[in-house]
Amino acid sequence: MSVSQKQRVVFCWAMLAPFLVLFVVFMVYPLIQSAALSTNQTYGPGTRTFVGAGNFKNLFHDPQFWKALKNTVIYALGSLFIQLPLAFGLALVLNSRRLRGRAIYRLVFFSPQLMGLVFVSILSALAFEKRAGLVNKAIAWVTTNRDFLETPWLQQYVMETLILISLWLYVGFNMIYFLAALQNVDKSLVEAAEIDGAGPLAKLVHVIVPSVKPVATFVILLSMIGSLQLFELPYVLLDGSGGPDNKGLTIVMYLYQNGFDLGDLGYASAIGWALAFMLIGLAAIQIRMVRREERNA
Amino acid sequence: MSRPSIKPKSVLTHTVLILLAIIVLTPFVWMFIASLKTQEDFFSGLFLPAGDGFLGIGWDKLTLDNYRNLFDKGFENALINSLFYSSASALFATFTACAAGYVLAKHRFRGRELVTLVVLGALIIPPTLLIAPSYELLFKLDLLDTRWGLLLPTLAPAFGVFLFRQAVKQSVPDELIEAARIDGCSEFGIFFMIVLPLVRPMIGAFMLITFLGMWNNFVSPQIILQTESKQPLSVAIAQLRGVYRTDYGLLMAATVVSITPVAALFLLLQKQFISGLTSGAVKG
Repeated sequence: MSVSQKQRVVFCWAMLAPFLVLFVVFMVYPLIQSAALSTNQTYGPGTRTFVGAGNFKNLFHDPQFWKALKNTVIYALGSLFIQLPLAFGLALVLNSRRLRGRAIYRLVFFSPQLMGLVFVSILSALAFEKRAGLVNKAIAWVTTNRDFLETPWLQQYVMETLILISLWLYVGFNMIYFLAALQNVDKSLVEAAEIDGAGPLAKLVHVIVPSVKPVATFVILLSMIGSLQLFELPYVLLDGSGGPDNKGLTIVMYLYQNGFDLGDLGYASAIGWALAFMLIGLAAIQIRMVRREERNA
Repeated sequence: MSRPSIKPKSVLTHTVLILLAIIVLTPFVWMFIASLKTQEDFFSGLFLPAGDGFLGIGWDKLTLDNYRNLFDKGFENALINSLFYSSASALFATFTACAAGYVLAKHRFRGRELVTLVVLGALIIPPTLLIAPSYELLFKLDLLDTRWGLLLPTLAPAFGVFLFRQAVKQSVPDELIEAARIDGCSEFGIFFMIVLPLVRPMIGAFMLITFLGMWNNFVSPQIILQTESKQPLSVAIAQLRGVYRTDYGLLMAATVVSITPVAALFLLLQKQFISGLTSGAVKG
């Protein structure tokens, strides 16, 4: 190796060092530790008792965990079937070049994203209150029915409330991705379809949807991964509890309660791994679908 | 020139869009007005309090007391903490990610493939998996309840390395680097004088993403920081709610103070942010 080549290798590792050192210490090492932790029971950091697969066995028979899983899946399905179609529809409307004020609409619909989740929770906690809250007052005003002032959002309809909040928060955000994808749709394909006499619906089904499919797959995956890790919104909204009858308990909230309220970092790690397997499984299924799609194309 | 005709279809589109825009913006307006109202007025009306001022609104009933009250309780301390954590994280994380991303994109050396693979692999690790073991690690390193404990883990962003690797590949031509080398420019010189200026858009985008991420981060500071004087806005506001549950004006004032700086920053740097957001996803 010549001197200059040696110097270049030193340069490379010097440039990588700040990142790599922190990455190994704060990412790789905890990841390995988390596997070890999941086979232990702990009482706060520093004390461990080996329990083997005990945590996972308990988890499997833990009704609270299944409840948390059910709640979280309901929320994720809400994202998939309500939020994403709305985002796509809005993107289709805003994609028209002839539409005036597109930039302003885009900014307005995106704006809730600027608020961090904690701040959204505080605002929501007040907005969904009985009587004084914005939501009930607005519904009562529109319907002129004062009974709606008493709708117990945070007591009875916790998951519904969370889904409504997520619509406000994320429809505009996912719309940005869909808009970017729509702008990449091949214009000549659309024109060709028009010449062949395709109506708006046929154009949508046969030209636009197939071309935005890769981005749509990516957005669905991101949105599912995000939804299944729901934490801050219900945690702050319900004051760290699962809410009445644990109606708002999510997987990550249950992880947090076990690890930091009860001090069992081992059981918390087991919950973390259960969630990670679900997320990685989801990603694998989606990658497979994309591959098959490409082979058929 | 023909006059643009107003079609019924576009009237319908705009009606729907404007209605949606009103629904999206109403919570912001409600929050801002509530932060200017007394407790009594909060319950009496949805928006501006009634009175005998201009437009039948009691302008004189609006007050800054909630904000005064908030800062009497030392809320500015949390604001300063948030500014510090977010700026420090944005600055250093961008630097480490950019340096590593450049080397992985443009240099050949033994171990490059392995590092790239590990970095890309880290992208699929859900952050929730690391909550419990990171807490234990910070305990062992004696970094719990310290500013370093909050900052250090944010300075190695695998996602950032991935973004900068892409950006360098796209916008830094090999010939330029080669030419500089022949002219006798040092490797560090090439990085600072040629590469950094060429990836400036990504630097702006990633700094903004990191700043916003740290500003809005709740889980890490909630777990790591116990001392009140070290806590950022996200934790401080949740505690404020724990103590002053029913002081609606105060809570809304705190929320307004918390989101205004990032909203301003975003409006200023909107373009960079959106290009950064979609650059990883959509290839033209």
